Amino acid sequence: MTVLQGVRVLELANERIAFAGKLLADMGADVILIEPPGGDAARAYGPFLDDQPGPDRSLWWWHYHTSKRGVVLDLCQAEGRERFKALVASADVLLESEPGTRLADLGLDYADLRRLRENLIHVSMTPFGRDSVNANVPVTDLTLLAGGGPVWSCGYDDHALPPVRGGGNQGYHTGCHIAVMSALTALLYRGASGQGQFIDVSMHQAANVTTEGASYSWLVAQQTLQRQTGRHAATVQTGDTQMLCKDGRWVNTGVPPRYPQEFGRMLEWLRALGLEEQFPEAIFLEMGAALEGQLNLSKIGVDDEITAIFAAGRAALMLIAENVTAYDFFIGCQTRGLAVGVIYSPEEAYEDTHFKARGFQVEVWHDELGRSVRYPGAPYKLPASPWAISRRAPRLGEHDAEVLGTAT
Amino acid sequence: MDRPEANPPAALAGIRICDFSGQLAGAGATKWLAAFGAEVTRIEDPTREGRWDILRGIGPFVDERRGINLGGGFNNHNTEKFGVTIDVRTARGKEMVAELIRQSDVVTENFAAGVLERWGFGYEGLKAIKPDIIYVSNCGFGHVGPYQAFKTWGPIVQAVSGLTFSSGLPDQPPAGWGYSYMDHTGGYYMAMAIMLALLHRRKTGEGQWVDLACTEAAVTLNGPALLDWTVNGRPSRREGQPDSNRSASPAMAPHGIYPCQGEDDWAAIACRDDADWGRLAAVIDEPWGAEVAYATLEGRLAHQDVLDARLGAWTAPRDKFEVQRELRAAGVPCSAVQKPQERIDQDPGTAGLWPTVSHSEMGEVRVDGIPARFSATPWRIERGGPCLGEHNEEVFGRLLGLSPDEVVRLRAEKVI
Repeated sequence: MTVLQGVRVLELANERIAFAGKLLADMGADVILIEPPGGDAARAYGPFLDDQPGPDRSLWWWHYHTSKRGVVLDLCQAEGRERFKALVASADVLLESEPGTRLADLGLDYADLRRLRENLIHVSMTPFGRDSVNANVPVTDLTLLAGGGPVWSCGYDDHALPPVRGGGNQGYHTGCHIAVMSALTALLYRGASGQGQFIDVSMHQAANVTTEGASYSWLVAQQTLQRQTGRHAATVQTGDTQMLCKDGRWVNTGVPPRYPQEFGRMLEWLRALGLEEQFPEAIFLEMGAALEGQLNLSKIGVDDEITAIFAAGRAALMLIAENVTAYDFFIGCQTRGLAVGVIYSPEEAYEDTHFKARGFQVEVWHDELGRSVRYPGAPYKLPASPWAISRRAPRLGEHDAEVLGTAT
Repeated sequence: MDRPEANPPAALAGIRICDFSGQLAGAGATKWLAAFGAEVTRIEDPTREGRWDILRGIGPFVDERRGINLGGGFNNHNTEKFGVTIDVRTARGKEMVAELIRQSDVVTENFAAGVLERWGFGYEGLKAIKPDIIYVSNCGFGHVGPYQAFKTWGPIVQAVSGLTFSSGLPDQPPAGWGYSYMDHTGGYYMAMAIMLALLHRRKTGEGQWVDLACTEAAVTLNGPALLDWTVNGRPSRREGQPDSNRSASPAMAPHGIYPCQGEDDWAAIACRDDADWGRLAAVIDEPWGAEVAYATLEGRLAHQDVLDARLGAWTAPRDKFEVQRELRAAGVPCSAVQKPQERIDQDPGTAGLWPTVSHSEMGEVRVDGIPARFSATPWRIERGGPCLGEHNEEVFGRLLGLSPDEVVRLRAEKVI
């Protein structure tokens, strides 16, 4: 049983909206991806299978269009528009990120389409929203994240270096998360009321409300947060949280020890590694271990003893990090109760034992290769209605015959 | 489009959520649901004054007052919710929680794995109270797997999932995310999971337990890089990477963040194709812009360092909004790196995004709104986050049938 089985989604191919369609398709929706003749531009996005470009070799395409069927329709031609309208008559959701007034110009906007399907849910996800004065401004993931707030908060202590866009096209992802939440909200409402509706998602606004403290520090207190290396942007400079380990990999140390048992475990770990001799501050770890209750963080910098204990906890972490691998530091800290993270590359995360044990690696059959390919798995586990990749991404026009009853 | 009705319906009216969640990863999820009319009641611990949710008592603050009802982040993430206090360690408290669950559709939490179970409200316990309950737990590594006991918060989730690594400049430490991107995004996945489970229950009558691991959701957010690994064997950990101000998928050049006139002012510029480059070169109007080497994407990628230096020299003496205006007019993707004040108070693109809520102690405060307009069921965010136990009388009266006197007695007995 898949939860969205029987929900038909039409998606007008566009790099910005592709992820929203995937999220619905992998939950069982019948997502029909509609491309123009010649195919969507994203078929030319690298990386490619064996580094050889080709319309069916884009790994970008493979990832973002799983579980969908694909058809070709030329919406610039009357025949294409008629076929599209015929599909709309059987559709539950339309996902699109068409520029400006394109759909209205084609006679295919919500006002037109609802006459064909009264309870249609039309999700328009555009860079600045449908009615924006910027509706025709060209964007990429980079420019959306720069204007929308995330970039301002990311980068380095050294502000001579530019602020940084987080990798992975997260501006598009954030818009798509909002688009999917909107579609699900509207499906629940339609289930209760029978009514469809038009939903106008602004990607710029989506980024604006996905910045945590940067927005509400301004809204509440007119404070401007400043970016810092690898940690939260803040109004004041905070201590480093990233350390380089023996194997040249980084870790995020989280919050240094605060509780007596944490100081005790750090001391025990230093001894086990034979590092106590090199660590004259060990005495402060002993004092930390003898504390009654949590270290009073508000007295750091005020009370000499508390300041020294806190500093010793941090210094012990740094010394250990220099002497073990990043992975051993991560496991060693976590098993001692400290919330520390190894800074994995994406593939290192993917190959990690925890995610493997949870079944995160999934195999998808590629008939054209005669073998299956490993993909990233479910973002959430719904055991009664599981997430699944039901098929590889469609080739151009692969499902014209079965969906449109035609061959192109 | 549809004209807004005077009293438009709420999309999620009638859905009741018993919400043990907090911080941002949990509270962000139920904020969405509450904005669309779900009845969300946060259950907080009176013995610790709700401090499990650290945001209750930390800044930003609207004025010089401090306290557990005055945290600006808490208010931001908990609009339109009800707040009650119950000590679940007491027998009477457990009875009250059980009755609230019996009348709810969904139970949500984002404690460390096992906390709710220790109180007797693990999935088996919840099912015994209400067989078709939907239970959504959200924690860093999930409730199953070798790292289930490990602790996380946003930056740790981002570190372990690959998101920190893939954000940075070459030959520098990871830049990562200067905020808890995965607390926001984990909350988005949690909201999706809740709604998917509601749709499933409507169809089949059955509830379920959704085990959401925030790190797992995060790993999915580097898809093409992961396939480059599984298909081509190419790791992201390689010479010259990460370089996330540039773009490899799709390949674009120039593509970066360039200095402008002013204090820490920058502009992002991206050329999607040769035509964008031609338009950019025309605006710049310098001899180097006409160099043949730059006419093709391959050429621009091969000479990207020099190209970036030249483009940066062109932007450096210019105002970032002037660069934005000129390049946008020419059809080239460009945006000033906007500071909070610029995007919140001076950008018409965020008009309507920052509703003012009324908070019982803080007064009138602006908060994050919802970045989508619904023609039939608009979102509504008017009420601020609840003070600790603010709705005890109302909720216990309405759902548990308790009189005001009984609520007073429970407070004296430290049950609430």
